[in-house]
Amino acid sequence: MPELTVNGRPLHVAVGTSVAAALALGDDGSSRTSVNGQRRAPLCGMGICQECRVTIDGMRRLACQTLCQEGMQVQSQS
Amino acid sequence: MNEHADILIIGAGPAGLNAALAAAPSGARIVLLDDNPLPGGQIWRDGPQAKLPAQARQLRNQLQGYANVQLHCATRVIARPAAKQLLVENDERGWIISYAKLILCTGARELLLPFPGWTLPGVTGAGGLQALIKSGLPVANERVVIAGSGPLLLASAATVRKNNARVVRIAEQASARAVGAFAAQLPRWPHKLVQALQLFSPSYRTSSHVLAAIGKDRLEGVRLMQQGKIVELACERLACGFGLIPNAQLGQALGCTLQGLGIQVDAWQATSLSEHFAAGECTGFGGSELALVEGSIAGLAAVGDRKAAERLWPQRAHWQGFADALNRTFALAPALNALSEPDTLVCRCEDVPFSALHEHRSWREAKLASRCGMGACQGRVCGAATAQLFGWQPSAPRPPYSPARIETLLCVDDRPPA
Repeated sequence: MPELTVNGRPLHVAVGTSVAAALALGDDGSSRTSVNGQRRAPLCGMGICQECRVTIDGMRRLACQTLCQEGMQVQSQS
Repeated sequence: MNEHADILIIGAGPAGLNAALAAAPSGARIVLLDDNPLPGGQIWRDGPQAKLPAQARQLRNQLQGYANVQLHCATRVIARPAAKQLLVENDERGWIISYAKLILCTGARELLLPFPGWTLPGVTGAGGLQALIKSGLPVANERVVIAGSGPLLLASAATVRKNNARVVRIAEQASARAVGAFAAQLPRWPHKLVQALQLFSPSYRTSSHVLAAIGKDRLEGVRLMQQGKIVELACERLACGFGLIPNAQLGQALGCTLQGLGIQVDAWQATSLSEHFAAGECTGFGGSELALVEGSIAGLAAVGDRKAAERLWPQRAHWQGFADALNRTFALAPALNALSEPDTLVCRCEDVPFSALHEHRSWREAKLASRCGMGACQGRVCGAATAQLFGWQPSAPRPPYSPARIETLLCVDDRPPA
């Protein structure tokens, strides 16, 4: 059971859980704010739409194609 | 750090896995890439809430038995620095793979069409929701509406139910007549008939489509046109998919000729570019059975075993028949092109509304005037939507094909000038 932090809050998840799922398990599920200020959440679930891009350990990554790892720090984009 | 492959395969779904397995006994050095963390593609996506079919596990295990096959997961194609070379990147590094032969097995994505409210959190693709659930998204006790077209709606509903959420409606835009005629043909593919019977749901309605997603900060309900009547349903999730479209962009960028939306191939799965093959749904939507046999043909043709490849042609024709029946049945009704209001966002990356687009004559003109298609997804969502809405032909993507790190781009020329 890896432990990570999502927007500063600690969270335990099952092995193989994606960061997209962790956003919903640990917070409200949203990933970013659009250019006009709307909150957005993962849409396509398969690495196409880029809606789920978040900052993981300081790098911009796609939440739906990234698996949760021990110690990972996930920050949704404000 | 750079790598050479006799055969480079892009995409480790059913087509890519079978292409690798068909080519592997030749001893050729094979490199198989996929942008997901695990092989299997969308249909065989593994995860904490997924149950992989035996066939998928078997293919994965067989592949591990070949020392001449190198699998790189979580790896994306970024650019084509020179002929028969691709620049790729994973989470740690970028590198160049040179190849003698390439097999594109880049699969398909969902066609996502804009409608009022579709940008609200809680709205996903239909296959999208399925993928998110398999990778651990919690949905227990939620009410889910699934709308759009095609058998994927039923598969998505099955995944939703298995994870203790309630499917309140499946809205299929095709008519009862079209779906009935399709069902009547299913005995030609007995395995598909069994699947259909297992997936059937009492919440299924034909001639029904989404009108709007309702909610303030996230989804609260859905307005549907249901067999001529407007109905509103409260729900926490709306999963909307209007069929699958080929991921042909990489093929298009390399210079492969397209046929319709897919990459054009001949009987050997060879594209218009010599030594470049394509198999599976990047050549046209057809399902995993067709993708598997096309992958085998491409793998065998790539290693020169044309006799063995030819023996698979009848099997391919059998599954192509199923694909053709699907495509006829679930052709989209014109009403789906008229869902947007003037302020409905069509390009979600750059927040470009319908009103800024509908007067343009081409994709290029719309891009230049509005930034539509110029955001992070590079038009993969809105390019396909505007192709459906306005008949615009998206242009071939230019590198980088995916957002990439500067260090990766620096791999392209690390030698000092002579």
